[in-house]
Amino acid sequence: MPVARGGSAGNLSGGKTLKTLFSVSMAAIMSGGMWASVVLAGPSDDKLVIDEQIEMTTRTAAPEGHPLDEVISGWHYRTPETRALETDTFQNPGMLAVEEGAQIWETVEGTEGKSCATCHGDASESMAGVGANYPKWDEDSGKPINIELQINKCRVENMGAEPYKFDKDGQKPLTAFIKHQSLGQPVALDLSQGDMQTWWDKGKDLYYRRTGQLNLSCATCHEDYNGYRIRADHLSQGNANGFPTYRLKQGALVSIHNRFRGCIRDTRAEYPAAFSDDLMALEVYVTWRGSGLSVETPAVRQ
Amino acid sequence: MKFTIKSGLASALVLLASTAFAASVVAPGDVAIEDGAVSKSLTGAPGDAAEGRKTFADRKLGNCLACHAVTDQSEQLFHGEVGPPLDGVGDRWSEAELRAILVNSKAIFSEDTIMPGFYTLDVGVDVREDLVGKTILTAEQVEDVVAYLITLKE
Ligand code: HEC
Ligand code: HEC
Repeated sequence: MPVARGGSAGNLSGGKTLKTLFSVSMAAIMSGGMWASVVLAGPSDDKLVIDEQIEMTTRTAAPEGHPLDEVISGWHYRTPETRALETDTFQNPGMLAVEEGAQIWETVEGTEGKSCATCHGDASESMAGVGANYPKWDEDSGKPINIELQINKCRVENMGAEPYKFDKDGQKPLTAFIKHQSLGQPVALDLSQGDMQTWWDKGKDLYYRRTGQLNLSCATCHEDYNGYRIRADHLSQGNANGFPTYRLKQGALVSIHNRFRGCIRDTRAEYPAAFSDDLMALEVYVTWRGSGLSVETPAVRQ
Repeated sequence: MKFTIKSGLASALVLLASTAFAASVVAPGDVAIEDGAVSKSLTGAPGDAAEGRKTFADRKLGNCLACHAVTDQSEQLFHGEVGPPLDGVGDRWSEAELRAILVNSKAIFSEDTIMPGFYTLDVGVDVREDLVGKTILTAEQVEDVVAYLITLKE
């Protein structure tokens, strides 16, 4: 495992100057992390309160076994303008998709003549807190499933409708709508269900596995260097609590598997299929790394 | 018979190496990093610092600015802060050391460094299909960047 550094803003403030840094021996340079002291971009210290009433947990003590001391939401790493968009549901551009999701919730589809609401009624009650606990163990498939796959399961088994294809049709808005019902709830996975622990282990392996021509793992960027700028990007801890996330760059909601694939592609590697075992394992592990953070869906990112 | 063909091939290669420029390029697998340095030019020729300056900034090539700031390129927006600023790097390291850092930073810093090796096939798993067996930079581009880095003196 790589040397942990830059894990929290506290690590960044060693106060050494460049001059002292470079007068030390090469061996010291190779041991790494010293120029960390000269850069102080770090995550912001603001508090996220949505609509002046929902106090969000965006920083919290890491769960046991976590390599970092503090778990920090990606919100802290964004610009003040981007952060502001998330404090107000009227300004949050992702809320349009959530409203679209609300319509889909009520829409009858498939041979059984049912909508989500037929079985689940008012989502603000039936779905409150639900999204904070996914991925969950699915006995039927013997695998963990996320909200997207649970939606597909309902569509096929209960509605007689076609499953959504990855990122198509109602998948992103409906997922965002369901997760939004848990806004402010802490992310908490139950790893004691079924074989969840095995999938967590597998996800952890993948997280530290270096991929592609650039030879980088998730941990290289999000564990060792969160808080640093990589060209124009400000690296966060890469947490999953805001997904589907509204990305200003794309002007659309982005699903968690899309984000994973993008990050893997950026290492110049072939990337796994959405909902493949690899990406589900990664989702279990990455979601766990953000344990205790509030669900922010739809988070706003750059 | 076999022997003759082999020695014939070998001498043909030697001939090629001494005549054609391309053949004198050291293949990624053959670069010897000794005492943290690669003493000879990978192409057998000196690099072009002006080209190196461009390769350094080009997001599709070195993209060094992703991680390193350098005052000499302050006209470029967004310098990264993941690695140390490279001002004065030509004073801190010799040409041969800089070449080694570029070729395979893992051999110089540590296995865990975030800095990619630009002329090595010791890379991550699942490399994008069209990039299998290819290095990030060509030998010539590495030499150009080395020539540029050497100009960064304080
Ligand atoms: C080359 C660096 C790099 C690597 C390697 C990398 N990422 Fe990222 N990742 C980024 C950048 C840059 C962003 C956008 C800024 C941010 O939120 O960190 C990002 C964003 C994310 C986000 C969104 C965070 C948010 O708050 O919205 C997640 C989740 C994520 N990455 C997961 C991963 C996973 C999982 C892996 C490995 C499979 C990985 N990343 C590998 C650079 C990287
Ligand atoms: C993804 C990040 C990254 C990229 C891209 C990158 N480097 Fe680095 N580089 C680093 C880090 C980090 C170090 C410090 C060693 C360490 O911590 O492993 C470093 C160290 C160096 C050093 C030694 C610096 C000193 O002052 O002692 C040189 C020279 C260097 N890099 C040159 C380059 C060049 C040239 C390129 C592009 C062709 C490049 N780097 C691309 C991250 C990067």
